[in-house]
Amino acid sequence: MSNKSAHQPPRWADRFLEWYCRSEILEDLQGDLYEHFERNTISKGKRKARQIYCLDVLKFFRPYTIRKFKIVNNITSFIMFKNYFKTSVRSIARNKLFSAINVIGLAVSMSIGLLMITFISEVTSFDRFHTDGDRVYRVNNKYQYQQEDPTNFATTSVAMDERIKENIPGIESQVLMTRGFGGDAKLGDKVIPISGLWVSEGFTDVFSFDILRGNPETMLSEPHSVVLTDETAEKIFGSADPMGQTFQLGEEDIFTVTGVVKKPPFNSHFTFDALGSYITLMNKNGTGESGKRWMNAWDNMWMNYVYVKLEPNTKVEEVNQKLLALGETESEKYEHRIITASLQPLYGIMSGPDLSNNIGNSIGGEIIWILGALTLVVLLSAGFNYTNLSIARSLRRSKEVGVRKVVGATKGQIFNQFITEATIISLISVVFAYLLFMLIKPQFLGLDPSIERSLQLNITPILFLYFFGFAILVGVLAGFFPALFLSKLQAVQALKNAGSTKLFSKINMRKVLIVIQFTLSMAFIISASIAYTQFKYALGFDLGFKTENVLNVRLEGNDWQKLQTAFAAIPEITQISKSSMITSTGSTYAADMKYGGDSTELFYNDIDENYLELMGHELIAGVNFDKKTPDTDETEIILNEAALKRFNLGTPYEAIGKQVEVNNNSLTIIGVVKDFHYNKIEEGIESFGFRSNNDGFYNVNLKISSTDLPGTMNKLENAWNEIDPIHEFESEFYDKQIQSAYSQYQIMGTIVGFLAVLTVSIAALGLLGMAVYTAETRMKEISIRKVLGATEGSLISLLTRGFMWLLLISAALAIPLTYLFFEQKILNDIENRASIGVLELFTGVIIIFGIGILTIGSQVRKAARANPAQTLRSE
Amino acid sequence: MKGTNLGEFEEVVLLTIAALLTEAYSVAICDEIERITDRKVKLGVVHSVLNRLEEKGFVNSQLGEATKVRGGRRKRYFEVTHAGKATLQKVKSQRDELWNLIPEFNLKMI
Repeated sequence: MSNKSAHQPPRWADRFLEWYCRSEILEDLQGDLYEHFERNTISKGKRKARQIYCLDVLKFFRPYTIRKFKIVNNITSFIMFKNYFKTSVRSIARNKLFSAINVIGLAVSMSIGLLMITFISEVTSFDRFHTDGDRVYRVNNKYQYQQEDPTNFATTSVAMDERIKENIPGIESQVLMTRGFGGDAKLGDKVIPISGLWVSEGFTDVFSFDILRGNPETMLSEPHSVVLTDETAEKIFGSADPMGQTFQLGEEDIFTVTGVVKKPPFNSHFTFDALGSYITLMNKNGTGESGKRWMNAWDNMWMNYVYVKLEPNTKVEEVNQKLLALGETESEKYEHRIITASLQPLYGIMSGPDLSNNIGNSIGGEIIWILGALTLVVLLSAGFNYTNLSIARSLRRSKEVGVRKVVGATKGQIFNQFITEATIISLISVVFAYLLFMLIKPQFLGLDPSIERSLQLNITPILFLYFFGFAILVGVLAGFFPALFLSKLQAVQALKNAGSTKLFSKINMRKVLIVIQFTLSMAFIISASIAYTQFKYALGFDLGFKTENVLNVRLEGNDWQKLQTAFAAIPEITQISKSSMITSTGSTYAADMKYGGDSTELFYNDIDENYLELMGHELIAGVNFDKKTPDTDETEIILNEAALKRFNLGTPYEAIGKQVEVNNNSLTIIGVVKDFHYNKIEEGIESFGFRSNNDGFYNVNLKISSTDLPGTMNKLENAWNEIDPIHEFESEFYDKQIQSAYSQYQIMGTIVGFLAVLTVSIAALGLLGMAVYTAETRMKEISIRKVLGATEGSLISLLTRGFMWLLLISAALAIPLTYLFFEQKILNDIENRASIGVLELFTGVIIIFGIGILTIGSQVRKAARANPAQTLRSE
Repeated sequence: MKGTNLGEFEEVVLLTIAALLTEAYSVAICDEIERITDRKVKLGVVHSVLNRLEEKGFVNSQLGEATKVRGGRRKRYFEVTHAGKATLQKVKSQRDELWNLIPEFNLKMI
């Protein structure tokens, strides 16, 4: 026999033949093929023979050999479906506990699934309203300084627009946009702050925003033309016709309204109140030496966006290649820097990578993937519950399957029956899931202001179709294994001895599923606690200066001298200083620094003479800046220790008095400040300098010592309103600003923590189901043991031991895996981080064990305490 | 149904079935054609021709006895029906008629 099976043709080919071939000709056809196969085995060897056999099987797949699939079968299965539905509903109603466990578990996890579906469908629906949007691309710059990692920007240079026109064919239309249009619009005594973009004439060709008034061809071609959104137009002109009207913008510019466009819809990746004609900006910025540079410099790439619409048959790769070549030639003019560009599809901007200088909010593809993966894990957990409980209970259903098979049900029909049952459960669940989804939706949106700004999670009719499909999918997947398992039962065996060992051959799979479930739950809990620790650590970290009681106020373009005088009059303010930026909150200013032929990126902050003292920075050597009158030139700089080391400037004392070049200005080092964390603590400390540029102040820093904080805030606001009645008084405490800079950890902790709670409750539900089931089926065994003298304690340990082992295995898997994952992947790049302690690793495990013992224990105790006489008598 | 005329290969297969008497099953037919005509014959081709001949009513088939070879699968034996025989006869007589029209010397020149 073994000799014969060694010369068998491939099994799958045989099966395939048996599947497709008509039964009338199957036998002799297969015989013929076998005969050939045997011959070939002798003449050409086994391998070749098997190959030929497979080929022949495929070649015989012809109209006359293919079986006719019976229509009759389909009709019966439709009739049978009614029966399946009825039996399923009955079975669900009979086993209330198990059905409830399944429905709750699935509903909870599916609510997350619904959230994900809504989320993804909203993100992918962005910008779809533009006609031919599939041909629209944004030109993104990639900036590489020396050998450092390149950074990707959504912005590009002004020159790019012209270079594309000259060098790259196949472009239908293009638009150049620059940030910074706007200011206070004044009409009569009305003042309305507006913000928008400078856009070139191509705007109306590339984008399809709804133009309400004006000629799209000409409305942006004249200097000092402005196109308003209908909302802004109403704010400025009320109900009067805005067309052709003029208003003052900023200090002196008078703009004429040449068009009205509908307010950009919510699902546009960028938004604006008004659009200024680009030629206005060209006339203003493009004159003189600096103007030439502004227009032509390849590295003037921080404010401008270029969008192109390709001709229908232009290939993106070709344009990308040309852009790359263009970037490489242009970059040759610059030392140390390589700036290249590439296209990003308009539809991919919202879900695309997180770029610097983005024009609006973007969600980022990475986050979508992470959230999707987490959702999948929660769904899997609930799916496992269903699979586990169904297989466990299949013992009870096996008689039913046996009878059905004897009456003539095929494997496929039994399979369908159980899939139907699972689908009904998941359809019931999705209704509950929808209610839960409505509850968690506002929570999700409220997680972070940036989420709320860019998402609404509107429910559209098409989504209900998705939800329905999703429920069917979940049902089919969850029911697949139990259905497969039950449909494979042999009728005779199922009827003769339902408890036979064969039925339990899947018990290992169940154990594996439970272990996976609990490993995931523990991993979630551990991750949440690690994220929380990291957040706490970041907040409590010694940054190298003091942020307590410092209130940062945004200047909003006001004269700082006036504000300083006004604030100084408030007695609770002990110190006042000014700075260009708020350090340690994630944003940085950088300049080019040169010394002795070497050069690097210097991070900096413009400050006044009071700043260092107010913030508690420690001067190691040298002196502070002197008090300066406005309009004095910048001549001095205070560097940090890292900068001295970077340029080999010697000890702090030696460095004093040396000359360095910053952005082509020669500055004298007058002081050295102790290293501090000017960036977020994940980043290391590199060269940093305090500069004293008088024009660069955007913030006023106030040191407050007050016993009545609300009162002080009130006074500040009043002082502000006297100087600037238009802009809101925007201030925030430094600690608070730092806290929101690290909100990513908090958000991650919240999301993962929430999911942890979900998976743990789902897993606990599953465990409860299993415990109930075990206790029920072993009731008799327990009673007999008890009669024979077993104590309650020994019975409990007997019943719990198995589950405890599974939990232990899960813990043994979860702890090292999560630890390694965080060590290697997440926290690896972070310069300053909390170490992962035993506490973080084991809290999750302890919580899971507690929950596990509680669920199992409650059931087992009930079983162990039952009166054995009653159980045994009832038989 | 396709017409009742015989293609060249169909004729060869039909003749082979007749020649093999009671041993005419697909693999044997294949082998015999290969032996006589000295050309490679694919089983799949023979199979589909047999199927077509049966559709046209020129051959009958039934399953034989089970044997130990061929993985225990039975063979399907073919025999030429009356209609098949008549068609073969007709084809032969048509050919003969044509042959008779050819003068003897011409043949010798070939």
